[in-house]
Amino acid sequence: MSVLVDTNTRVLVQGMGKTGRFHTDTALAYGTNMVGAVHPSKAGTVEHFEGETDHSGVQGRGDTYSADLPIFRSVSQAVEATQANASVIYVPPPFAADAIMEAAAAGIELIICITEGIPVADMVIAKRYLEDKDVRLVGPNCPGVITPQQCKIGIMPGYIHQPGKIGVVSRSGTLTYEAVFQLTNNGLGQTTAIGIGGDPVNGTNFVDCLKLFNDDPATEGVIMIGEIGGTAEEEAAEWISANMTKPVAGFIAGTTAPPGKRMGHAGAIISGGKGTASDKIAALDAAGVVVAPTPTDMGTAMLEALG
Amino acid sequence: MKIHEYQAKQLMKARGIAVPSGRVATTVAQAVAAVRPLIEDSGNPVVVVKSQIHAGGRGKGRFKEHPELGGVTVVLAGIDGGVQAAEEAVEELAEKMLGSTLVTIQTGPEGKQVNRLYIEQGVDIETELYLSVVLDRAVSRNVLMVSTEGGTEIEEVAEHTPEKILKATIDPAIGLANFQAADLAYGLGLEGNAFKNAVGFMKALTAAAAELDTDLLEINPLVVTKDGNVMALDGKMSFDSNAIFRHPHIAEMRDDSEEDPAELEASEHDLSFIKLDGTIGCMVNGAGLAMSTMDIIKYVGGEPANFLDVGGGATADKVTAAFKIITKDPAVKGIFVNIFGGIMKCDTIANGVVQAVKEVGLQVPLVVRLEGTNVELGKQIIDESGLNVVSASDMKDGAQKIVELTK
Repeated sequence: MSVLVDTNTRVLVQGMGKTGRFHTDTALAYGTNMVGAVHPSKAGTVEHFEGETDHSGVQGRGDTYSADLPIFRSVSQAVEATQANASVIYVPPPFAADAIMEAAAAGIELIICITEGIPVADMVIAKRYLEDKDVRLVGPNCPGVITPQQCKIGIMPGYIHQPGKIGVVSRSGTLTYEAVFQLTNNGLGQTTAIGIGGDPVNGTNFVDCLKLFNDDPATEGVIMIGEIGGTAEEEAAEWISANMTKPVAGFIAGTTAPPGKRMGHAGAIISGGKGTASDKIAALDAAGVVVAPTPTDMGTAMLEALG
Repeated sequence: MKIHEYQAKQLMKARGIAVPSGRVATTVAQAVAAVRPLIEDSGNPVVVVKSQIHAGGRGKGRFKEHPELGGVTVVLAGIDGGVQAAEEAVEELAEKMLGSTLVTIQTGPEGKQVNRLYIEQGVDIETELYLSVVLDRAVSRNVLMVSTEGGTEIEEVAEHTPEKILKATIDPAIGLANFQAADLAYGLGLEGNAFKNAVGFMKALTAAAAELDTDLLEINPLVVTKDGNVMALDGKMSFDSNAIFRHPHIAEMRDDSEEDPAELEASEHDLSFIKLDGTIGCMVNGAGLAMSTMDIIKYVGGEPANFLDVGGGATADKVTAAFKIITKDPAVKGIFVNIFGGIMKCDTIANGVVQAVKEVGLQVPLVVRLEGTNVELGKQIIDESGLNVVSASDMKDGAQKIVELTK
């Protein structure tokens, strides 16, 4: 079991430029079921991929892979032709929020937006558009979602993952890799790793992911990785206190971040005294989460939480 | 991105938002020349001389060179002495203020040099209010916040008397509805003309926030004049940097002299860099990892000199540029390179580091921690370079080693 993505996930790519092509290729090597792409200027053509299989991905495949992905003008055309149920967005920032709305309008159930640098106002509009629709957005400004050996959507390196029993949810890409790698090395492995992104306005949040992992029989514990800015971690702590039945470990980045400065991520900023790491750590502590003092200790913190 | 008060007021005025008349001056002569037209047009003999820097608390701030002088000074000389007396007073002030260093609660003890003054007409104030448009992350929408406690830091109001802050959430498809503005104006206790003007002011301001992609639009104080006018006595505006591409006229308003030179240089190379006060330079990929690298240095007893995220798709040249920016800081006593390669391959980082050290030399200890894609190749490049580099097995090990080496 896993959450959000598995072998039944049929993935459409929005934005088959240089970046989109590169990550589609690694996803195919991993064994993800990629079904097509949307890129209006290339509509009607076919994009060819081939190479050596990534054996850390879906098992039982040959040593090479080869795929021809059809390119469509619009998401609705692509969905009709391919029955895609998920999409991954590599569209440049000025057009990415529109791409999210287009995917939602076409009936895509899971939209994963990798793009970094989308204007906040565009995301405010896109989120309002999604409000009354039965669709889940992950991101933007995130590494994506992976269920090891089943489905990799996004820009994370596949080989550091291993099927296992821990759900991972994080606002930071590279810190997700740190956590995942430690869980692979200490044998716990992952059910699914979800990057929810570093923007101030995003789709799926910590609480959404905690709910998913809490309901997933294969997930035995969760690591959540937060950072300064906003109050999503505090809300997660509240939810954990009231509802979580599984052990949770955590880490918060930004203890030394100066106030009023954006620390790389658009959403990582302490403003008006709100969103400090110490507030978040205190909230998680109070909720019984085992908070790792440094990123190197995340795997150990998870072991401790599991008891 | 931040702009000056006078620029914010220009943008507001162009959108029908009431602001007092004013003129910007970079020389004493310009400051003096501003006085007569302001007094004659407004009929008010009072003018205000306001320092233009990108920091709050200017009114209570003091000049290093002239401790008796505040960053914002009301000139009353014109009441009895007429225009000429006002001009003489402004001349004396401008001579002291221009080129001097203003220290406020937000500038830090080093202060900021004042290169621009804004000379503004005096206003007969009845009440001071507070008003701002900011993103409410919990609901993913902008919120209009108002308070009767104008002139006070809103954080203080929020802490001590939160009931004095009123809010309206703005639907992006609708904007601020009339009833919402009316509710807030009632809540502020306004009546008659002031009520009507405040409603118009709030609607125009929220529309401007949406049009201009501001991430903060704060009017503190918003004043109600004795004749029921409502105007922005101060104006603070900053913009969503992700949206600047669609506002070239705002991009032109950037005042480079207000930015840290190293941070400016970094942004030219598309690097995310923030200068800090410590001694250990950091080069990291990914914002979360870069932040926690600073944290872990502190955790093991050191002090980070910077935040630096080289990003996911860095080239060897970008890494070299990053290395140069770090080594330029004389406070840096050691460097910690911490990379978890995903898309960013370890051999790319290794090549960049080797190239940089060859170009700029290495006067301080360097600890490198590599993990992830092509890690073996990366380590091999570092080993074979013959450089004096200490390898680390993980992040904590690396932090401990660099702190030890710089003791």
